[in-house]
Amino acid sequence: MTTADLTGKILQVVMGLVIFAAIIGILVLLMGRGPKKGRDYWQLTWFLLPAILLLAVGLIWPAVRTTGLAFLDNSGNVSFDNFVWMFTQPSAIRTLINTVIWVLFVPTISTALGLAYAVWIDKSRGERFYKALVFMPMAISFVGAGIIWRFVYEYRSAGRDQIGLLNAMVVGLGGDPVQWLQTDPLNTFLLIVVMIWIQTGFAMVVLSAAIKGIPTEQIEAAQLDGTNAWQRFLNVTVPGIRSSLVVVLTTISIATLKVFDIVRTMTAGNFNTSVVANEMYTQAFRASEVGRGSALALILFVMVLPIVIYNVNVLRKQREIR
Amino acid sequence: MSSVAPVDLPIDDERKEDAFEEAAEGTRTARAKRRLTSRWATLAALIIAVLWTIPTFGLFVSSFRPAELIQTTGWWTIFQNPGFTLDNYQDVLFSPSMSSPQLGAYFVNSLAIAIPATIFPLVLASMAAYAFAWIKFPGANTLFIFVFALQIVPLQMALVPLLQTFSFWLRPGQAWLHDVIPIIPEQNYLPVWIAHTIFALPLAIFLLHNFISEIPRDVIEASRVDGASHAQIFFRIILPLATPAIASFAIFQFLWVWNDLLVALIFSGGTQDVAPLTQRLAEMVGSRGQDWQRLTAGAFVSLVVPLVVFFSLQRFFVRGLLAGSTKG
Repeated sequence: MTTADLTGKILQVVMGLVIFAAIIGILVLLMGRGPKKGRDYWQLTWFLLPAILLLAVGLIWPAVRTTGLAFLDNSGNVSFDNFVWMFTQPSAIRTLINTVIWVLFVPTISTALGLAYAVWIDKSRGERFYKALVFMPMAISFVGAGIIWRFVYEYRSAGRDQIGLLNAMVVGLGGDPVQWLQTDPLNTFLLIVVMIWIQTGFAMVVLSAAIKGIPTEQIEAAQLDGTNAWQRFLNVTVPGIRSSLVVVLTTISIATLKVFDIVRTMTAGNFNTSVVANEMYTQAFRASEVGRGSALALILFVMVLPIVIYNVNVLRKQREIR
Repeated sequence: MSSVAPVDLPIDDERKEDAFEEAAEGTRTARAKRRLTSRWATLAALIIAVLWTIPTFGLFVSSFRPAELIQTTGWWTIFQNPGFTLDNYQDVLFSPSMSSPQLGAYFVNSLAIAIPATIFPLVLASMAAYAFAWIKFPGANTLFIFVFALQIVPLQMALVPLLQTFSFWLRPGQAWLHDVIPIIPEQNYLPVWIAHTIFALPLAIFLLHNFISEIPRDVIEASRVDGASHAQIFFRIILPLATPAIASFAIFQFLWVWNDLLVALIFSGGTQDVAPLTQRLAEMVGSRGQDWQRLTAGAFVSLVVPLVVFFSLQRFFVRGLLAGSTKG
């Protein structure tokens, strides 16, 4: 990078910020020039316009168009070719199956581990520190996480010193080193481990906060009744944090359905590890199969939809209470 | 407090906000409870903590080891095979040779993308949130719920058409700018900024609305009576009062952009002029997946910023992250 490059970059950022500030300034000026009658609506328009305009141009219209593209074949005719491909091509079916495997395993295991960990460290000495250790992966990028785990899964042929931790352990126990990321179907599960590694911290922090919200009296009452720790966990803790559990499960499910970076970084979807979000990118932007990419995006949307509807209903109820 | 729905996270009361820190208060109940948690539970927790830390630790240790040692021995044998060097960092960040990753330029790009892509959506979203919260108009509720639902539409649904729109509408402008100011490359940050701004808006509007609508009605009505315009109320009253919520979201959005790969892959063009660190790293993994001396150091260059944010602003960070965890 030369100094000129750096100057150009800084100039871009400064110009970008200045122009943006100028646009906001113009909006504020326009607000002040409204008619006396209906002034509130006039001002409202300028408050809402930039956001609504951007959403319409950048999200709503593209989503509608993607839906349309999914039903066009390569020569531009309306057809179901892309969906036929998706549900008949073995590689495409495998992508769908993998996505289902991901969404079955990641939310359940992360939530279970996060809950167990939250209970185990609850009110122990150094709780904050223990939480930070497990929550830390949430902060870093999926790309960074992918590199961290590729290093764990690294393979050296038998007889040489292993530099990947997993193979070193296998060899240490007397086994032969394995090319983990190329061994189907094990590799999909090894990628899932990475996602679990990231999401457990999220589950743990939310559930820990929920556990602390359970009234102490309830736990003490159960104690007086002579229950053991497991019974108290099942009959007091779990019911007390039910709604948080649901939130954690749905949130991680959505994140898992959209997982892209991990697969892209670790295998690029090779060796039968592709998932819908990765395949969408590969088809639309690498293979120039825009129709197939759009169909995959649509499937992704359809899979997320039930969770969206559920969340909207929760929101509606909350607003009604207010 | 039995529920921590993301919907009510940003308007945390003190108790929830401090969930992360509550542990510090060793109260009487704490002592009563510690007797109950068995030694096995402690052991299991310890094992999880170690398992969760070791992969990152191994990469960190390796990034300071000489290349030959990384390639031939495990990092856990560092005491048998000692060696410490900063060459890997020197190489990935500053080496001018064509074969080195030259991450310095990409680090600048990551910052140059993330800062405006945090400020733009925050300003636009807080304006929209104010309108939704305090200016009554028919259909406000429906429109707001619609915006809320938008936040979970997968990015994938928008990528192809948005890229087409950009290449039709933005491209000529970028080329013109390059002609006028040659120092700004034809491939500039604008598409990435706009894309990130759009994708951030639904969540940002929703979170900030939750906070802004909680501001006491009296405060705003008093200013209305005094003849203040909505713009004045927004800049003098709403923005200062909403600072905590804005800070939480700013941290979340900054990290989201910093860690993003998908948006960068599609809108940056992939050159040294625009591409962020994540994109460069992903590319290195693909083309030089065995160069562990570079990958380890490179990964840590990209992890440094999130980790600093994580450890220094933990409270805001946790709130922002919990509230925004469905984005994407």
